[in-house]
Amino acid sequence: MSADAPDAGADGSTRPEGWGAGQVLAGFARACRGAGLPVTADRERTFLQACAAVGLGEQARVYWAGRATLTASPADLGAYDRVFGGWFGGVPLDAVSREEPPRPTTVQSPLEDGRGEDDADGQEMLHALASAQEVLRYRDVAGLSPADRAALRRQFTTLRPRPPTRRGRRHTRSRRGEVDGRATVRAHLRNLGEPTRIRWREQAVRRRGVVLLVDVSGSMSSYADALLRLAHTVVQSAPASTEVFTVGTRLTHVTRALRERDPDRALLAAGETVPDWSGGTRLGEAVEVFLRRWGRRGMARGAVVVVLSDGWERQALEALGEQMRRLRSLAHRVVWANPHRGKAGYAPVQAGIVAALPHVDDFVAGHSLATFEELLDVIARA
Amino acid sequence: MHADALTSPDTLSAALAETAYLADDGLATVTWLAHTLQRPLLLEGEPGTGKTALAEAIAQLLDVPLIRLQCYEGIEASQALYDWDFPRQILHLRAVEALAQEATAGQRVEELEAELFDERFLQARPVLRALREAPCVLLVDEIDRADDEFEAFLLEVLSTWSVSIPELGVVAADTPPFVVLTSNRTRELHDALKRRCLYHWIEHPGLERELAIVRARLPQVEETLAREVVTLVQQVRDDESLVKPPGVAETLDWVRALAALGRSRLDPEVAAATMGAAVKYREDAERVRVALDRMLAG
Repeated sequence: MSADAPDAGADGSTRPEGWGAGQVLAGFARACRGAGLPVTADRERTFLQACAAVGLGEQARVYWAGRATLTASPADLGAYDRVFGGWFGGVPLDAVSREEPPRPTTVQSPLEDGRGEDDADGQEMLHALASAQEVLRYRDVAGLSPADRAALRRQFTTLRPRPPTRRGRRHTRSRRGEVDGRATVRAHLRNLGEPTRIRWREQAVRRRGVVLLVDVSGSMSSYADALLRLAHTVVQSAPASTEVFTVGTRLTHVTRALRERDPDRALLAAGETVPDWSGGTRLGEAVEVFLRRWGRRGMARGAVVVVLSDGWERQALEALGEQMRRLRSLAHRVVWANPHRGKAGYAPVQAGIVAALPHVDDFVAGHSLATFEELLDVIARA
Repeated sequence: MHADALTSPDTLSAALAETAYLADDGLATVTWLAHTLQRPLLLEGEPGTGKTALAEAIAQLLDVPLIRLQCYEGIEASQALYDWDFPRQILHLRAVEALAQEATAGQRVEELEAELFDERFLQARPVLRALREAPCVLLVDEIDRADDEFEAFLLEVLSTWSVSIPELGVVAADTPPFVVLTSNRTRELHDALKRRCLYHWIEHPGLERELAIVRARLPQVEETLAREVVTLVQQVRDDESLVKPPGVAETLDWVRALAALGRSRLDPEVAAATMGAAVKYREDAERVRVALDRMLAG
């Protein structure tokens, strides 16, 4: 028995004394909900049915009945085990549930110290513009005053992401393509069995997946807010086919947070899920984890994958190159957006960029609203 | 079919073992519950952990047909349910036309319609077949590769166990088929579908269980060979840097390959020659070779 010490009452995960069986089970289901599991009323009902079926004689049976009815993904298993341990004193031995599928070891690398080129003195003001708003579009977001930043936030609503498309498997009516047997037969029937026009159909157009990997490490900290806002607009334009991860010392899946419609609330929620703001970067490792846990299983296949990073990778450069090569062999297109790319005097000499560039289809800028628009164009055309 | 196979999780586990499928306590309990509560069973886990094999084993022990629906990107309801044989329908139309004399038009259309959308032109696809042929096991493989619309359609079928075909009426299952859905987690399934199902996450088995699986599936193979291969695979599988960790299915393939060559021990040459049965990436083969040298040296 690996009975965790019950977290005394922290999430209501210890059982009150003197309850009947039904109360205990219902209370356990609620404790699971309190621990963040997706326990809905119908799940609770199924759980009680399952317990009635397996009987309450064996604790292990109750454990499995609960796990089958109250959890919905391997990420839920850790919390489930904790609550179960608290309520029933331990989980069965052969339930080797891990908190979630294994993650790379997260060794904190030191913060970026010598801040090289990302001092915000390279602001390029393009003076040939009319209004202040227009000027703002071209300013580097890293060097904005708080007031300008607020103004820029409002301008994010003017971005219009257009999801890239691919040919789907389904068909729509059209004037070319292949014969649509069903429609043709139906048309014949409407005509009292007289043959009429042949109906045609062609493959419909579907949305292509987009994956954004947003670097939130120390050297990118002045861009992280803007980039996540950009990611938010992309997610809003195609919630079902867009996925967003943040990259720092580890990889964090933040799509769910960014599906929230209101940008400020979405960013807050994303901020709460990301554990490694402004730390070091382990780009190569993060891409590898992405490929292993999501990419190769399908998320990256045929998708447009966008890396938003300055490429300040210190270690394991061959690894980064190798992972980018793998990524490209899966993805439809790999786009790299670098906030320094659009600035005067920039040359792609950061070691990370040098290693990754051979495996990138489009290398674009990404430091101002105008360059974000260009990036969205690149994505739409992919 | 054993009369008592489904009286409790333990008897189910024993009956599964007789079909050479070794389920741990958790999986046996969940499978038994799915059968008892008549709920679909949703299995998630790495490829090669025995999700599809479980559906086959259940069909075998219940002695009912296994109907399989392989999902893919863009699969539509018509590919899962039914379709009409259009070319034959058109032929039929033309034939009727050629023979038609002077029937009144109104009657003709109705007759024609009844003739055209008759059972003989219907092509039943897996889900419809499962509803008609129940009791049976319906395996919906890799549901994560289908899209949202298809998931919604499937949810509807799994909730009512019936579909309505406009031309033929409602087809309902007398006894719900035992439904197994598998997913490799390429995307998150909708919560509505998950709520309808019993959920189980399958892990790779530990060394002893995997060895037992190999021995059960391949009784003719020598114990030493099975043990060596399983030990090696277990070591390699824990290696975080593997591109594609081998599943139990791959272990079995490898043991089969070695046994076919008449080997009873693993040695570097023959392992290198047959490794392709278990690892499918050049980088992984390199790591397996290193692990093998370590194992043989140890």
